[in-house]
Amino acid sequence: MSDIIRVQDVSYEYERADEQGELAVRGVSMRVKKGEWLSILGRNGSGKSTLIKLLNGLFLPTHGSVTVGNFDTRDENHIWDVRQTVGMIFQNPDNQIVATIVEEDVAFGLENLGVSPKEIRQRVDAALAAVRMSEYAAAAPHMLSGGQKQRVAIAGALAMEPDVLLMDEPTAMLDPGGRREVMETVERLHRERGLTVVLVTHFMEEALRGDRVIVMQDGRAILEGPPRELFAKEAEAICRAGLELPPMAELARRLRAKGLSVPGEPMTVEEMAAAFGALRRERRGKHAG
Amino acid sequence: MLKDITLGQFYPGDSLVHRLDPRVKLVLMVVYIAMVFLVEGFLGYLFLAAFLAVSAFLSRIRIKFLLRSIRPVLFIVVFTFVLNILFTRGDHPILEWGVLHITWEGVRFAVFMSLRLVFLLAGTSLLTLTTSPIALTDALERLLKPLNALHFPVHEMAMMMTIALRFIPTLLEETDKIMKAQTARGADFDTGNLLQRAKAMVPLLVPLFVGAFRRADELAMAMEARCYHGGRHRTRMKVLRVSRADGWACGATAATLLLILLERLL
Ligand SMILES: Nc1ncnc2c1ncn2[C@@H]1O[C@H](COP(=O)(O)OP(=O)(O)O)[C@@H](O)[C@H]1O
Ligand SMILES: [Mg+2]
Repeated sequence: MSDIIRVQDVSYEYERADEQGELAVRGVSMRVKKGEWLSILGRNGSGKSTLIKLLNGLFLPTHGSVTVGNFDTRDENHIWDVRQTVGMIFQNPDNQIVATIVEEDVAFGLENLGVSPKEIRQRVDAALAAVRMSEYAAAAPHMLSGGQKQRVAIAGALAMEPDVLLMDEPTAMLDPGGRREVMETVERLHRERGLTVVLVTHFMEEALRGDRVIVMQDGRAILEGPPRELFAKEAEAICRAGLELPPMAELARRLRAKGLSVPGEPMTVEEMAAAFGALRRERRGKHAG
Repeated sequence: MLKDITLGQFYPGDSLVHRLDPRVKLVLMVVYIAMVFLVEGFLGYLFLAAFLAVSAFLSRIRIKFLLRSIRPVLFIVVFTFVLNILFTRGDHPILEWGVLHITWEGVRFAVFMSLRLVFLLAGTSLLTLTTSPIALTDALERLLKPLNALHFPVHEMAMMMTIALRFIPTLLEETDKIMKAQTARGADFDTGNLLQRAKAMVPLLVPLFVGAFRRADELAMAMEARCYHGGRHRTRMKVLRVSRADGWACGATAATLLLILLERLL
């Protein structure tokens, strides 16, 4: 797989009037591969939002470089190419919708790119259909639920036909229903269109769905790997970074600490049930024998 | 609930008047206002009344809504009427009683002046009742585009209006939330003298303003992430097209204007 985003030894410092600011991101190097689902985990203030804003040129690195496709984000001539390649969804659904009508908001990015009206129409309709919001095309955004607003925001990004979808805790302000709605939409787009996903989240279950996880602590990327492997092998480091394991992984860890040999690495409720089933069968086998 | 408020007084519909190009409606409104100021004779008022009545009928807006728009200024209408009746001089007295001189000219002038006010309000209301604020903003942006040559920031003004329209319901909702939260902690917004009430508003306004600035910051970032870079090279999804109905509306307005001018000149 080829890399679509390359981050090389990037640091970022917020400019502050009063004092020398601390580095919000320190010497991070990472790649985003085309077609993968990468989750970025970390406690509050660990630099996730700062890092993700560096990936589409909203912030420019203080040190190091970020390359999207063939373009350095510092290259002013290609900044719009960069932003078209990586769509971005923010945490607060209210503060990223610009227009007073759903379909006009989805059209916003394309209008900025100077696409012809006819093509905008087609791409807006297609994007709204892709997030299953076609019937709300003429609705006012403030009448929608949080999950619906986030889907509209996704449609707005999708209409620009990006290769990557960057999402900064897109479900943090939603109720469980809205959370499911949004995650299912993203999963479907990832599966059906091969959309590359970079998801910042503090829900470990959401990270489980991805191919790869990066854990941030104090502006550094301290851990990297496939989620299951990482949650199993690096449980200590993850807890030290201020995160909690997925509930079932935590349960397995505590049961093992109590001397129960839970088989495998259960992360979800279903897997835990299966593990208990296996354990019981094993014990019965022992008694019989 | 607060967020269900409609902005302005737009009354959605699918009538002939609703479907007119908003740019045409705006231009015709300017002509209409000119007519209200130009109209002079009895016939002219008749034409203008007929023009307004036909427009109102075609818009399928209920008379109740049109009248409602006049109600807030009814006092001014009545005041104008009384003032004009009392202080217009004329040669054909109807009633003379002490210092009171009511003349035929005075009555005529008072009726006409009041009618002008009513026409003005009813006509402009008809526009805002049949055209959404966002369509009006759009139309204004497109009509004023030539002002760009004079470095007047037409696009920026329109974008500001759009964002204001988008966020008013959101901010109202937030006000509602903060108010409820403060009331639950014992704040009292409804009693006391003016100063006390103004003081009670401070804990409401502070979080509201802080929130609004945070929103503005995030929105600016979201707009940049979606390649917003001002009005240059920007296209629009919705193309406004002048239809045959717009032609008819222009024709009818022109005819009324002509009749009014004719009466004035002859
Ligand atoms: N606008 C800002 N100005 C100054 N410092 C900031 C700003 N935004 C974030 N920071 C600081 O940068 C660090 C990383 O923040 P952020 O990237 O938002 O973390 P996260 O998204 O993981 O919660 C924090 O210490 C935070 O205080
Ligand atoms: Mg954050």
